[in-house]
Amino acid sequence: MSRISLNFSSLVALMIGVVPFAATAQGAGGPIKIGLMLPYSGTYAALGNAIENGFKLYVQEQGGKLGGREIQYFKVDDESEPPKATDNVNKLIKRDNVDVLVGTVHSGVALAMAKAAKDNNTLLVIPNAGADAITGPMCGPNIVRSSFSNWQPGYAMGVVAGQKGVKRAMTITWNYAAGAESTKGFTEGLEKSGGKVVKDLNLPFPNVEFQALLTEIAAQKPDAVYAFFAGGGAVKFVKDYAAAGLNKTIPLYGPGFLTDGTLEAQGASAQNMLTTLHYADNLDTPKNNAFRKAYAIAYKSQPDVYAVQGYDAAQILANGLKAVGGDLSKRDALAAAMRKTPVDSPRGKFTLSAAGNPVQDIYLREVKGNNNEFRSVAVKALADPARGCKL
Amino acid sequence: MDTATFLVQCLNAVQYGLLLFLVASGLTLIFGIMGVINLAHGSFYMLGAYLAFALAPWFGDWFVTRLVVGVVLAAVFGYLLEWLFFSFLYERDHLQQVLLTYALILVFEEMRSILVGNEVHGVAGPSWLAGGFRLGGLMEYPWYRVFASAACLVVAVALYAVVNRTRLGMMIRAGASNRDMVRGLGVDIRRLYRIVFAGGVALAALAGMIAAPLSSVYPGMGSSVLIICFVVVVIGGIGSITGALVASLLVGFVDTFGKVFFAEWSGVGVYVLMAIVLVWRPEGLMKRGF
Repeated sequence: MSRISLNFSSLVALMIGVVPFAATAQGAGGPIKIGLMLPYSGTYAALGNAIENGFKLYVQEQGGKLGGREIQYFKVDDESEPPKATDNVNKLIKRDNVDVLVGTVHSGVALAMAKAAKDNNTLLVIPNAGADAITGPMCGPNIVRSSFSNWQPGYAMGVVAGQKGVKRAMTITWNYAAGAESTKGFTEGLEKSGGKVVKDLNLPFPNVEFQALLTEIAAQKPDAVYAFFAGGGAVKFVKDYAAAGLNKTIPLYGPGFLTDGTLEAQGASAQNMLTTLHYADNLDTPKNNAFRKAYAIAYKSQPDVYAVQGYDAAQILANGLKAVGGDLSKRDALAAAMRKTPVDSPRGKFTLSAAGNPVQDIYLREVKGNNNEFRSVAVKALADPARGCKL
Repeated sequence: MDTATFLVQCLNAVQYGLLLFLVASGLTLIFGIMGVINLAHGSFYMLGAYLAFALAPWFGDWFVTRLVVGVVLAAVFGYLLEWLFFSFLYERDHLQQVLLTYALILVFEEMRSILVGNEVHGVAGPSWLAGGFRLGGLMEYPWYRVFASAACLVVAVALYAVVNRTRLGMMIRAGASNRDMVRGLGVDIRRLYRIVFAGGVALAALAGMIAAPLSSVYPGMGSSVLIICFVVVVIGGIGSITGALVASLLVGFVDTFGKVFFAEWSGVGVYVLMAIVLVWRPEGLMKRGF
């Protein structure tokens, strides 16, 4: 019985691209150890799985090797719990001796990972967490990000709002770092194109009682409102905004997270909303179509922006490893190659800035049915200002 | 702020307060009368919201029927839960109660994840409550919110009547103040507690079901109401229904106007209120059972 289950599990391991232990300790320096620290439980579990799927899809497409070396995975569930982050990341760095860290979704956890990666000089590829600080004051040559900084979609939306003639806008978000960074980006973008934010509204995380602030918006009558919320909060805010009848007179803008993965729950209240993000559901490019097809075949589900970010995390790493022929000791050359080599992403080609954040097109999308459809490029090749980064 | 805006904000405060009361009333019953610190109360709220989500396709526009069926299911669930777990807790210290009820939170969250998944889901309200009315040329006020407030008021009155005007209510109040004496008089206190617990669970679930079309259902929604409910219960006086009502409305007003006038500090407003009340009246606003 145990024999059968052993065979079965190694079969499964092979199928999902994990190299069994038997194949290690051979070849040029053995396999590269990659530590996936992602949320596999809790609110963000679906995001963690999408990122892992995307990452492994790219590795499989390269025949299971990056830079000519086999890949061995180690996994830790970070539970999106910042207090446990340092312990969790040390399991991978100290216990498993991984060469590369990949993670994570939650910004608070990612900041702890960035610190540990710096202290131990481990390579870190961040597939989602958008905290500006990671590629700002915390930046380092061994840290890169395949997703976005919170500032980026906000800034792009601000530029678009200004172009649409918005002079007076209000922002609303939870009183936490990501919200502040996103609305700051919006404010800068709007000012750049001639408008002004007259008031920033915020409420404590994760409070979802918006009615008082909606009344405040109705009383102030701005030209537009920019909101940063995610998950359940995003659903409730968009629904409450529509139920208060505000969407008829004051357009509601936001970063893509306001309408990504939430459209089924938001229903009619989100229709025709404009948001900005580095990905859209119907980008009709050969690369994106090929990616979506391969993903659907491999995992029997449709990829989302998180899967794209996971896919690109593997791609950025591959670019670096290819340049040094899989030799991880050539750290400077590897860091430089990861930044210099263009990434052929499903979202479109992009490169990394010196700070390690994507310099990418941000798209303007419109909600149609259950899709965030591409409308136009809001800002071309937008780079995060990387304030506080000395690279 | 002009008068119209001020009045709309007052309406917002009352409406939020009433919804809070509905969740907190069940907690004050269980905490105050049975002496059990029930951290899983937020999970019962979540259970109600997910029940509303699960039952919606079956009942369509039979919204009130959906509520009744959900409440009955929740009450039965609470009855079983008391029999299986909570009945062993009364003689034990608070640490063990906290351990058990915290474990229940984890179990409920995991069950939710397995059964429904981690996505956010919208819950349809009844079509006969769709739309809203214009308020002072400012904004629309959804009919459903008015309905939710009215439903909370009805429950508040009914609860007051049951606790203060019926034989069952008399036994509950007596059981709260002297458990042994009530048992000595021949009342089956175990069954009484089981009923109270089932009632508390049903109230939390009802609140979740009423809130679901407004808030949608999502992971972790229970924990967000749990803390504010404990604040309400402590301010109102542990075990007091009237106190919970007054405290809910107070918290509603402090939260609403705190967000408008002191945006940066709105998170601490209700806790400052709690601190002031506790300094002034360490037992809370009202005495238990009234």
